[in-house]
Amino acid sequence: MSEKHHIIPVWFFVGVLLLVYGAMIFVTGLTEWSNPPDTVLAETHAPVWWGGLLIVLGGTYCVMFRPGRNT
Amino acid sequence: MNLTFAIFVASSRLVRLSGVDLAIISFYFLLVLAIGFYLKRFANTGEDFFLAGREMTAWVAGLAFVSANLGSLELLGWAGSAYQYGIMAAHWYWVGAIPAMVLLGLVMMPFYYISKTHSVPGYLKLRYGSEASFLSGITFAAMTILMSGVNMYAMAVVMKVVLGWPINFSIWVSSLTVGVYVAAGGLFSAIFNEVLQFFLIWFGALLIPILGMVETGGWSGMVARIHQNFPGQEFTHLWAPLGSFSHNPMGINWIGIVFGLGAVQSMGYWTTDFLVVQRVLSAKDIRSAKMAPIIGSFFKMAVPLIVILPGLLGLAVLPMHLVPASDLQPGQHSYNEVLPLMLARYCGPGLLGLGITALVAGFMAGMAGNVSAFATVWTYDIYRPYLRRTAPDRHYVAMGRWCTLIGLFVSIGTAYFVMQFASIMDYVQALFGFFIAPLFGTVLLGMLWKRVTRWAGFLGLLAGTLSSITMFLLMKIDPVRWVPVFARSPLAQGLARDMYQALWSCVTCIVVTVLVTLVTKPKPDAELVGLVYSLTDVPQEEHASIFHKPLFWGVVVMIVFVILQIIFW
Repeated sequence: MSEKHHIIPVWFFVGVLLLVYGAMIFVTGLTEWSNPPDTVLAETHAPVWWGGLLIVLGGTYCVMFRPGRNT
Repeated sequence: MNLTFAIFVASSRLVRLSGVDLAIISFYFLLVLAIGFYLKRFANTGEDFFLAGREMTAWVAGLAFVSANLGSLELLGWAGSAYQYGIMAAHWYWVGAIPAMVLLGLVMMPFYYISKTHSVPGYLKLRYGSEASFLSGITFAAMTILMSGVNMYAMAVVMKVVLGWPINFSIWVSSLTVGVYVAAGGLFSAIFNEVLQFFLIWFGALLIPILGMVETGGWSGMVARIHQNFPGQEFTHLWAPLGSFSHNPMGINWIGIVFGLGAVQSMGYWTTDFLVVQRVLSAKDIRSAKMAPIIGSFFKMAVPLIVILPGLLGLAVLPMHLVPASDLQPGQHSYNEVLPLMLARYCGPGLLGLGITALVAGFMAGMAGNVSAFATVWTYDIYRPYLRRTAPDRHYVAMGRWCTLIGLFVSIGTAYFVMQFASIMDYVQALFGFFIAPLFGTVLLGMLWKRVTRWAGFLGLLAGTLSSITMFLLMKIDPVRWVPVFARSPLAQGLARDMYQALWSCVTCIVVTVLVTLVTKPKPDAELVGLVYSLTDVPQEEHASIFHKPLFWGVVVMIVFVILQIIFW
């Protein structure tokens, strides 16, 4: 993104954010699997599959745009 | 704690945040501060601090462009408007955005970019002179501060409804965080965090329509439930109810939407509001600057999925009827609370934290966008030309950093002013009508007609702004008498009034500009090269493939836009 300044790409920070959040939400979903929260459609276990999606996307961004990859 | 708040906290489960939710919110604050300090070393010159070094790719500039407009204000305000007015609120995302974004990319961006201006008032200074530029700079600075207040209020609503945190605590923590990271990294920081916020908002809010559709059994199931909950009211058609003022809850007809919103309000906002234009000016070359708004328009078209649809789902599934903020009684919820209510309905620990962080991030990005634009306009269009003409570049960067902090403190004071409006978006649209609608007439005439003179530009802009404020005040003071006059129907609600107010103020601006032009002396052509369409050579991309041409993608986005209108007609 930055040729003059050699700044770490913003996409790397996006990846870190999604990866960390995905891990937190995924683990939370697993721990409450047998005792889901009092929300509508809790039986769909949204935290597990949504957290998993965030982990995959965040991990991909972290690898693709890691600092120093193109230097 | 007042009675209403106490009852709400005591009776609601929304305020129970788990440890993982707090961890998610805390991590976001730490990350944006870390990014701000990391970027500080790169924001040394004026171009770095105010225009992010002009080295952003089309994708980064495009996401920041659309994200600067996708704050928590957007999420809360338009979800509330969707609950109040139905799917017609989507007009503000489609006819009220897409054609204007394409126009910006294909027609207007080359002028802004080629003239190497730092701001829209800066363009007016080159095209007309210091009078129009000063007026635009002052009104824009006032608008950004007031808009920051809107974001403050939106944040306070989230904190009240979902977290139960003291309002002052939330405002100060978030504002100081924004102040630190924008003052450190300037537009670099603002753009980085807008891109982060873009992803956060999508991943934090997208679960609501997904789970909402599962609960209601799809679109037809949702529509059936809305008809059951609100018999005889029209909430699910986009254009069909616009044949008459009385056939829709907004009290507007198609003329107000097409001309007031589509031709004036949206064109003015997306092509002359420096808050969004500044993001595109950060692009690394002219092709990126043209592509950025078009990339943004694709995402803008999809935003109703996470904003309008939750509002409609609220009509379908919420057990209570929401009310205007001005009519709120103990135990009730206002329109603007529909999104947090839906979030709490579907999201447990972890997901709730993600959704709340998305709203917090949206608030902070909205604040950052306003204060970074304010700092630029104040420094380049008011301070430098009128207060200190010659100073080293580092002096203006320091001024930009101080302006960031001062702008934040002033905007905190405006937050409480917003609370008297029934819907947040009514207030926002009224503000746009004051300043943006006439500005569009001035900028467009200046770009397309070389005959327009220095004084015509200034007097047209002044007349448009004054007429807009006058109409707003008259409709507030004596609505029974003046609303039917200006908004063409006594049924016109806040948004409908704003659209006609914008339309008439732009017409006033154009008429005055043309009349004054005819009796004053134009600038020589040599002074208008690069500023007016007929005197500017816009670089073409003859050797680029069709998939790299902004024109191709502009046509694609317009085709998708038309299809959406037909589907939801």
